[in-house]
Amino acid sequence: MFNIPIVPIRASEFADQYDWLFYIILALTFFFTFVVGAVTLFLVIRYRRGTKVDRSHPPHENLPLEITWSVIPLVLGLVIFALGARQFIYFKTPPNNALEVYCVGKQWMWHFQHAESGVRENNALHLPMGVPVKITMISQDVIHALFIPEFRFQYQVVPGEYTQAWITPTRIGTYHLFCNMYCGTQHSEMGGYVYVMSRADYAKWSQNGGSDPEPMTLVQRGKLVFDRLNCASCHTTRDDDRAPTLDGVYGKLIHYTDGSSMVVDSARLREAIINPYNHVVQGYGNTMPEYQGAISEMDLFPLMEYLKTLGQVQAAKKGSESSTNPMFIPTAVKQRKLAVGALGSGHAESSSPTKNNLSVGEVSSSNRAPGN
Amino acid sequence: MTVESAHATPVNAPEHNPHGPLHHQYEDIEQQNDSYVTGMWAFLVTEIMFFGGLFLAYTLFRSHYQNDFYIGSQDMEVAFGAANTYVLLSSSLSMALAVHFAQLKQPKKVPPLLFLTLCGAVFFLLVKTHEYLNHIASHHFPGAAFIPPEGATMHGSQLYFSLYFMMTGLHGIHVFIGLIVISILMYLWIKRNPIVTEDYVPTEMVGLYWHFVDLVWIFLFPLFYLIPK
Amino acid sequence: MSTTAILTEPKAKVEKNYLNVDHSIKSWLLTGDHKRIGIMYLVTISFFFALGSMFAGAIRLELTSPDGLFLESETYNKIFSAHGIVMVFFFLVPAVPAIFGNFLVPIMIGAKDVAFPRLNLMSYYMFLTAGILFLIGQIMGGVDTGWTFYTPYSSMYSNSQVGITIAAIFIGGFSSIFTGLNFVITIHKMRAPGMTWFRLPLFIWSIYGTSIVVILGTPVVAITLLLVVVERTMHIGIFSPDLGGDPVLFQHMFWFYSHPAVYIMVLPAFGIESELITAFARRRIFGYHFVAFSTLAISLLGFFVWGHHMFISGQSMYQGVVFSLISFLIAVPSAIKIFNWMSTLYKGNIRLQTPMIYALGFIGLFVVGGLTGLFLASIGTDVHLSATYFVIAHFHYVMVGGSVTAYLGAIHYWWPKMTGRLYHEGIARYNAFLVFIGFNLTFFPQFIVGYLGMPRRYHYYYFAPEFQAYHVMSSLGASVLAISLIVPACYLTYSLFLGPRASSNPWGTHGLEWTIASPPITANFDHLPIVTDEVYDYERLDREELLEENADGIEEPMPVKTF
Repeated sequence: MFNIPIVPIRASEFADQYDWLFYIILALTFFFTFVVGAVTLFLVIRYRRGTKVDRSHPPHENLPLEITWSVIPLVLGLVIFALGARQFIYFKTPPNNALEVYCVGKQWMWHFQHAESGVRENNALHLPMGVPVKITMISQDVIHALFIPEFRFQYQVVPGEYTQAWITPTRIGTYHLFCNMYCGTQHSEMGGYVYVMSRADYAKWSQNGGSDPEPMTLVQRGKLVFDRLNCASCHTTRDDDRAPTLDGVYGKLIHYTDGSSMVVDSARLREAIINPYNHVVQGYGNTMPEYQGAISEMDLFPLMEYLKTLGQVQAAKKGSESSTNPMFIPTAVKQRKLAVGALGSGHAESSSPTKNNLSVGEVSSSNRAPGN
Repeated sequence: MTVESAHATPVNAPEHNPHGPLHHQYEDIEQQNDSYVTGMWAFLVTEIMFFGGLFLAYTLFRSHYQNDFYIGSQDMEVAFGAANTYVLLSSSLSMALAVHFAQLKQPKKVPPLLFLTLCGAVFFLLVKTHEYLNHIASHHFPGAAFIPPEGATMHGSQLYFSLYFMMTGLHGIHVFIGLIVISILMYLWIKRNPIVTEDYVPTEMVGLYWHFVDLVWIFLFPLFYLIPK
Repeated sequence: MSTTAILTEPKAKVEKNYLNVDHSIKSWLLTGDHKRIGIMYLVTISFFFALGSMFAGAIRLELTSPDGLFLESETYNKIFSAHGIVMVFFFLVPAVPAIFGNFLVPIMIGAKDVAFPRLNLMSYYMFLTAGILFLIGQIMGGVDTGWTFYTPYSSMYSNSQVGITIAAIFIGGFSSIFTGLNFVITIHKMRAPGMTWFRLPLFIWSIYGTSIVVILGTPVVAITLLLVVVERTMHIGIFSPDLGGDPVLFQHMFWFYSHPAVYIMVLPAFGIESELITAFARRRIFGYHFVAFSTLAISLLGFFVWGHHMFISGQSMYQGVVFSLISFLIAVPSAIKIFNWMSTLYKGNIRLQTPMIYALGFIGLFVVGGLTGLFLASIGTDVHLSATYFVIAHFHYVMVGGSVTAYLGAIHYWWPKMTGRLYHEGIARYNAFLVFIGFNLTFFPQFIVGYLGMPRRYHYYYFAPEFQAYHVMSSLGASVLAISLIVPACYLTYSLFLGPRASSNPWGTHGLEWTIASPPITANFDHLPIVTDEVYDYERLDREELLEENADGIEEPMPVKTF
């Protein structure tokens, strides 16, 4: 009955690090509170009116003392600052082999898409134990925040731009998932659960499509979006008068009409679809329609996965790889992983995409009729 | 605590004549003048911070939508803006001269100069109104009826015009307030009211305010009218 | 100079003072007297404090159950928003400056009034207008955006009375600005002869630092909130990405004011603390210059840390690290003050009367609040704690444990001066302990439940019913705190009518305000003082009293304990 928790469970690698720093600061807090309290109490008792103690010549300044008690807190503070800063930078720098999960927050639910398997889930997130996972988040409407207390994971989910953080679950179990940025009437009901499973269980779960009613890979889903929006009616297999080609667009260095040049990453791709006029490819005018409002964030993620494969031969193997790779970390993806995150979008460097054996599957360019 | 009363000026001494320029809480006119002028400067600092937020938004959005801001600025008529700049600067000159003659206690010279300043304010507001009406007619007022200029995006150009209307609008409100205040000031001078004739500080405070209004425009003009490609 | 409290019939004939010099309504409504304006603020602000407390009571009651008790979510959201807006804008920001600043600043510097009395009156009416507008907004439905009005929720999605509420805050902001302006000029220009900067009571330094922050910061929040209204009514995209804007820009602009705002709330409390500690330890402050300059340091540094409210908002990692660094720097001046106050107790002659209980409570509670701020300033630990009940506990420790405790101490200390009456010291002293106990019971559990992961602004917490024990503890504490805040309202009001009359210096302390009558005459001083004492010069005070004591055998001064 009296199952009152006092400290939260540590279920991630970051949580282990985090709690170390938390308890260091806690110890300092207790220590200084105790010192202040004890000294104050002592002084109040000793020097209260009526006691017979020496009150002559009360000092009213002492420079060495002032400096001492300025410098010591300053130094302690800077130490904590440094430890905290290091921890934060670690939290914001995902490793290259992290599993990718996409997250869309909207009033008042959470939507997740697993990049490799394509499994979608709402208000629940299944993860394998011991595998780093990078969560890329965006909001469909107002600002939310993804908060998993037992992971010590929290980051804001903002409309209009992707935010990112990563975590490695280290404990099997079920954990709370909250929205932690006030977002309207049902803010407190926008919660769910994170299910951490063994790697084997996770592999089985993904293969079975989770609880997704229509399981398919994100690439396949993205192709459906691509076709529905009729992108190929302008974007063909080569640059022409109407539009530049989308083959190999992901990771490509592009020059824009305003003189800037940027490597295309997720943020750039998203902007190019939502607000194409912000950056127009050199040689073209403002002819692409804005897709803002015509495509949801939930559709944008698979569409981008699909776009990543255009002009990529190895990506065509993804379909077959997924069934044999229990970890859902496609080897092809590793080669062109962009280290986006720390410095925001648009500054990422990438390895150039490989263009070998573009053979099978619907993503092959030879199968796409131009002007379709 | 020892208190001595060597400076014994009881509250009802003649220097604290309730009808004179010296207010009861001050010891002498220098202290009062100093306080009022410094107070006005402090108020202008708050005005700078107030406009500052808008200038910050402008800086951010212009760097993000450079092309749209350029196209938007092409829609402005530089001749009008330049005329307004010239007129405001001149009105600041006539205002400064008015303050000068107020300090020299030459009441005959002040009203004409204030009148010139007023003319400048009215001219400015008329030109601005004309410009606003033009913009509204060409569907450049942000809102449901907005149509972006040729070659500009909806978002960027709407932001440009929103900032234009907000910043010049806020500035225009300040000009209008200045117009009212200067009119009152001019009326008081014409009537030789001792509030202004015996103490130049009210005139100086209005002068400070007017110079500030002028200065804000000096920033607004190039930011909205003179954007290079 | 009279140092003893004379037991007088409560209804004995009194001298003419600022309260009874003219009883007409017009003389109050059109007053230029800074003391009357201070009293009018006291009445209005007390009303808003009561209102904000009632909202808090509703929140704590509702949170005793994970499924709520009696409120719809929308109503709950409106109530916590109202609690924040009232407590921040209509209580914490104005309280000490508008009440005690107005009443005491001219007297403490030896002036007859502030520099601009009519502007002072206008500030009050602007505040009153703002309050009325806010109440109208509440009656029309209130806002559910939180006091922080984050976009795009507030500008594009919320269906509540955002416009009128922002208008109220806007006007209240200008009231604040004009008051701050008034104080800066008054302190610069109207000090009595001999009152040099370093003879000023530290309360004046704190009001000065606060006023600088008010003047520089408040206009920014004014324009920011104005832009929210513009976006809401005209659909111009400044903060909303659908319209091409940037929601994080709002956060930058909002916190640029709202972080310095918390220093507006706490710096005056620091000033009060200096006054109370010196008065009741009966000695000069330790480290006057350090305390004075640390006030200015906090005013200045306070403008450079706003980003620590936005560590996980998507701003660049390096921005966050810089803000974290500066946030640690600003902890140092506060620590300096605490150590200086503690040192002032050394070799003091400490009387544990009600204001001193509050002053000592302040030290403990503010230290806890300040230290828990370290968890949040450290960007690595803030990741988990941001927007949880840990943050709520932290800021309530500094705001209530700090500012409100100091406010209560100030009320009790200067009550005899402002009203000419003495309250019942026995009840007041026990009640001070009750405040301390109730407060800790309310907010300490919130540190724990926040660390466990309880998000703030949550109506329901049925996903995590294991948090209920902490919420129940906290709500029980809130009941105790509520009682401890009602009790002073009762005995203070009682003292107005039936309390013994106070002498000019019932506490026997040092300060210009204690050399004049209680309550003071309208012009404050019969003759303007020339200051020759150092500040808090108790050695001199005690020497003089020794002389007087030998002269007619009168005991050391003490306020009257019984009627």
